[in-house]
Amino acid sequence: HLATSLPLPSERDHLRPRIDLIVFMIDIKSKYSLKNVETSLAHVDASFFLGKVCFLVTGVGRVNACSIEMNAVCKLGEAYCSPVLFCELELEGIRAATAQRLVRMLQICAGHIPGVSALSFVSLMRNSDDD
Amino acid sequence: ENADPQKTAFLLCKAWTLYSVTPLYGFRRGRLRHYARLLSAFIAAEKQKGLAVEVGVELDIKVALSSLADLRGSELDQAALLVQLSSRSRASSRSSEDKLVWSGWFCCVFGEDLSENVPEGFTCLPLFLSHGAETYTSLVGSWFQKTFDCCFRRLAISPLNLSWMVAMWAGCKLDRAACAVELVFSVPRLSQPLDISYAIHPEDAKALWDTVQKTPGEISQEEVDVFMDCLYAHFHRHFKIHLSAAKLVKVSTAVASAHCDGIVKILHSQYLPGVLMLLTELAISQIQ
Repeated sequence: HLATSLPLPSERDHLRPRIDLIVFMIDIKSKYSLKNVETSLAHVDASFFLGKVCFLVTGVGRVNACSIEMNAVCKLGEAYCSPVLFCELELEGIRAATAQRLVRMLQICAGHIPGVSALSFVSLMRNSDDD
Repeated sequence: ENADPQKTAFLLCKAWTLYSVTPLYGFRRGRLRHYARLLSAFIAAEKQKGLAVEVGVELDIKVALSSLADLRGSELDQAALLVQLSSRSRASSRSSEDKLVWSGWFCCVFGEDLSENVPEGFTCLPLFLSHGAETYTSLVGSWFQKTFDCCFRRLAISPLNLSWMVAMWAGCKLDRAACAVELVFSVPRLSQPLDISYAIHPEDAKALWDTVQKTPGEISQEEVDVFMDCLYAHFHRHFKIHLSAAKLVKVSTAVASAHCDGIVKILHSQYLPGVLMLLTELAISQIQ
C-alpha cells in the first residue's frame, strides 16, 4: 500500500489489513520529502518502532543533486531506532536488490520466518560504540 | 589575504566555469616562461592537426603564465597561477593588437586539508576557474594533465551547497543598495521544463539571516536550514507550491552568483577571499 503522507484516511480503517512494516521513503533531491516524513512520523504508534519501521533513502546515485544533509537522515534513523537503507531507483539491479531486501524484512515483520522477529532489527541497530 | 584590488579586478563580474584539479606533480614556480612556450607550441601543434578553434581565421595564440601572489588564503597556500591566451592577427605584429581570448586560473584558498597530506613534489592548486571558449579550456587542460599528471573534473554544486552560499552571501553587509537575492528552482518530472525564480529584497533577506544566525562569523547547517525553511514557507503561503520539492539550480546575490553546473560570478572584491575559500573547499571534497 502506498501513501503520500500519514495519517492514513480514517474512512478505510476497518477495511485495512494489519500493517507489518512501514517504509518511509526520502528522496535526497527533495528537502520536502524529508520534512514530509518527519511530520508523518508523529502519526505512527510507538509499537511500530520496535523493528517495524525503516527509512529508505533514494536517489543516492546523484550526489550532485543532493538537497538534504546525510547526517540529518542518519540522526533520524538513530532517533527512531530504525534502519536506514540507501538505494538508487534508477538502476535496475539496485532497485531489484532493494526490493528483495524489503520483502525479506517484511517476511520477518509479518512473522513468516520462524525464530526471527522484528525485534532482531532493533538489537542490530545498537551502536557498536556502546561496547 | 588583502589582494590588490587592481590586480584582482579582472576576476570580478565574469562567469567562471569551475573545475577541481588534483595536485600537480613536478611543477616549478620559476619555470613559468618555459611552460608558456611549451603550451604555446602544444596549441599550435593541435591546430595543425586540424583541431582548429575558429575556421578560416588566421590567429596566433600567445600564452602568458603568471603568479598572483596575493591570491591565497594563508602562507601555507600556493599562490594562484594565471594562464592567459591572447590572439594576434597575423596581419599585424604590434603587441598592442593582442586580444585576450581565454583566461584560466588555479588557486588554493585555505586548502590545508589537502596540502598537508600530499607527498613531496606535489603542488596543490585544487580550484580551477576558466572563462572563454570550451575548446581552449580543453586544450589547456589536456596540456596540464599531460605535463603535470593531474586530473581536471567539472565541479558541480549541489542544491545543499547552493543553499549554504545563498545564506552566507545574503547575510553579507554591503554599503551600496544591492540587487535582489534570487533563487532559481527547476521543477522535476514535468513534460515541459519549468523554472521558478524567487526574488527577495536584499534587506529583507539580510534581516532574516540576522535573526537566524546566532554567532557572527560562524554558520551551522541548522541555521541554513531555518533560513531556507522560512523562504520556502513564505513562498508556500502565497503560491501553495513546495519549493523544497524542486531542485535549487541557481542562487544570485549582490556578493556572487552560482549555478549548479559549476559556474560562478563574483561581484564584490570585498568578499572574494570568502567565496574562493568556499569554492576551494568544494573542490577539495570532490578530489578526495
